[in-house]
Amino acid sequence: MSEYVEAEAAVASASAAVTPADAADAARLVAFGLQPKLQPARDQEYTELLRRYREDPPFARLADAVAAGLGLVVLEVSPRAGMAVTAAEDSVFAVRMGDYARRTAADGGDRFLHGLAHLAVAALAFPRPEDLADDGYVGRITVNGVDAFVRQACRRLEERAEEAGENTDPATEAPGLEAAWRIWARRSATGATKDARRLAGSTTGIIGKAVAFLTDSGFLQRTGDDQGGTYRTTARYQLQVRDMAGSAAMAELLELGVVPVTDGTASLLPAADTEDLDLVADAGLPFHS
Amino acid sequence: MTSPASTDSVPPQLSAGPRPAPGPAADEGLARRLRALACTAPLHDLDARKANLAGEYSVYGMAEVALSAIDLVTLNMDFDTGADHEQIVARLIPRISAQTPHRPVAEHERVARWVLENLINVGSVDRGFRAVYGTFGPDGSYVRRDYDFKLIEEVPGPGGTVYLRTTDEAVNVLVGALDTDVTSAQIAAEVKLEVLVNRGRLADAQLAAEQARYRTVQYSETLRRALEATRRNVRAVDWLNAVPDMIAEALDHVADRYRHENAILTNIRRARDETEEPENKRRAAELVDIVKDCIRRHTQLQSRLLEAGPLFRAEQDRQAFATPMTTSGTDLYGHLLAPLLPLPLEQASRVTGAFFAHGTGLRTPVSVRMGDLVDILLTPPAEREHLGAEMPEPDLIATPDDSRFSEEQLADAMRLLDLPADAPRRLSGLLTQARRVGGEDLAYLVALLAVHAASPPVGTAYRQGEEKLLFAVDDGTELDDPGFGGADLIVGTALLDAAGMAADRTEAA
Repeated sequence: MSEYVEAEAAVASASAAVTPADAADAARLVAFGLQPKLQPARDQEYTELLRRYREDPPFARLADAVAAGLGLVVLEVSPRAGMAVTAAEDSVFAVRMGDYARRTAADGGDRFLHGLAHLAVAALAFPRPEDLADDGYVGRITVNGVDAFVRQACRRLEERAEEAGENTDPATEAPGLEAAWRIWARRSATGATKDARRLAGSTTGIIGKAVAFLTDSGFLQRTGDDQGGTYRTTARYQLQVRDMAGSAAMAELLELGVVPVTDGTASLLPAADTEDLDLVADAGLPFHS
Repeated sequence: MTSPASTDSVPPQLSAGPRPAPGPAADEGLARRLRALACTAPLHDLDARKANLAGEYSVYGMAEVALSAIDLVTLNMDFDTGADHEQIVARLIPRISAQTPHRPVAEHERVARWVLENLINVGSVDRGFRAVYGTFGPDGSYVRRDYDFKLIEEVPGPGGTVYLRTTDEAVNVLVGALDTDVTSAQIAAEVKLEVLVNRGRLADAQLAAEQARYRTVQYSETLRRALEATRRNVRAVDWLNAVPDMIAEALDHVADRYRHENAILTNIRRARDETEEPENKRRAAELVDIVKDCIRRHTQLQSRLLEAGPLFRAEQDRQAFATPMTTSGTDLYGHLLAPLLPLPLEQASRVTGAFFAHGTGLRTPVSVRMGDLVDILLTPPAEREHLGAEMPEPDLIATPDDSRFSEEQLADAMRLLDLPADAPRRLSGLLTQARRVGGEDLAYLVALLAVHAASPPVGTAYRQGEEKLLFAVDDGTELDDPGFGGADLIVGTALLDAAGMAADRTEAA
């Protein structure tokens, strides 16, 4: 790798040395990437820099180096996603749960609910593995739809526990041992407030916060107000979920010793003899009404 | 696929072998009863805590108000949404004001809101209740457990509104012994009702009818959940056997109940009309309302049942026949979400935490400059816009008054036409008198009004409960008048039975 870089650098320096102007341009491209809501097609300078990144390898490496130095990971550079960068772990750009929602610092249940809301939004936006892999796929979600689908999953777990005769009420001294689905199930879906805004602590409030945050990150675009708000995904969100979040969460799950069985494609189809929790194609997308 | 995860916390009870006497099996009934008992605690709690309210509230029977609130919400739960918060408060007030008629209405409303908010438990973040009870574990150790429940929950309605629904726990507190087959319980209740009506025992009949209605509501709720699950995931519901059977059964049931309740309705109507005693008459009238409501709910249920088949086919097309792709990727639901839900909170939280940390993208940190900070701190807070943007003052242009007749002329004409009910008049006479009072214009107006009265607005008068109505009849006499031609109408006033019509209207509604 380093030999390659050196060789390339030698060629580059032979043709044209990196000038301060090039460095400024590279940094400018990264700066564009830090404005995730900016559409490359809407800004001529951005489009021009993206073209240069793709056609001029030394410039591309320079931009990558600027990003890496700032603590950013480059996911993709393309006309559709723009300079898609995301925060590396412990970078100044990283989002911390404590800053995201204050209650989460003290309350483990809230920390879980906010995290689950983000996972559920992604799961509903990309219901099949193909959807996550297909670059052209645009997912659509609604706030109420996300809540309904998580509740449905929780209800099935509850029914299963009841059938098995389990007592799922947690022991009083060990709240951390309560089954995760119960936390979501027992939080109310919505609630009346004095000023007609969404109740922040309710599950739709938590999902609403998540989608609003993702919209600010340039990951979702709001398309309407039905069903608590309807949104569609952007190319950046797909990249983020596919390349960063999905694998990180999966690694954590494997570390816990939970190994979801997979043979590549078939995991989506439920076994014939069980009413399983699997989501079939497109399930949970905005319902026909 | 998810089965390995679901069993890791609790070992199967069957494999535990012989255990100390107070094992979980023996304990189960006790735990169930403890939970049932816990559901009543919030109601007792209301009466215990009313002393803490600022003011003299100990005269109110809070548990009574709470139970009737749960009643109201249950009865107002529609198929799709729930009961409206304000409507429940409004309907609670009569009962509260009956408890203390001399207190102000504002106080009654405060009590209604207090009770309703406490049933929702607005103060807690879960908006629910928690009770602690103890059980013996499989190994004979004593474990304290938390039981979380709700009585009234808030659900999102269309357009971002919030509706109230009673939970199963609340219905169980209210009606009790609901752990029976819904269909057979309903049949039993209705047979009982019919017998009671036949024997003329209306007080008992009303109780039975109300119970029947609770069960109808519960039945709809079961169906609503099944349909909702189908919309989300066709394969989550057994459409090969269970659901078609259920729908066929439910359709039979609706048809059956519809016949049955119409028969009951006819019986009670007869009872209502024949009985002499006002108390029985009132009871029977209430019963008519309840049975009508039952019929309405059955019709609603039936229309949903008829939609179920097409809905399934549409969802089947949408969900199952999508073209498969060969690429693979992470199955977010199957690989992540589903396996983590049964995990203990502590472990699940690590997975969601990892997803959050890598899935939220980036935020550019805000750097503060001293100059900006001063500005920000000194800027007065912006008023939150409660009312939206200010409306521009509308620029009104006075439209010219182009009426053919003035208000005074109309008043004069109405005075002329205000005839006693027993003395109709000829149009010719009226016209002569009108010319004397107000000239040719007034005569023209009277003629117009008389012609209009030839087709009196009976329907409107009936709906609005008018007491009299102007009418005009042509008896063949020719009108001899310098200004007008045609028939010399007989114009008169008909008195209407306003009270009778009002009674008819309420019955028809």
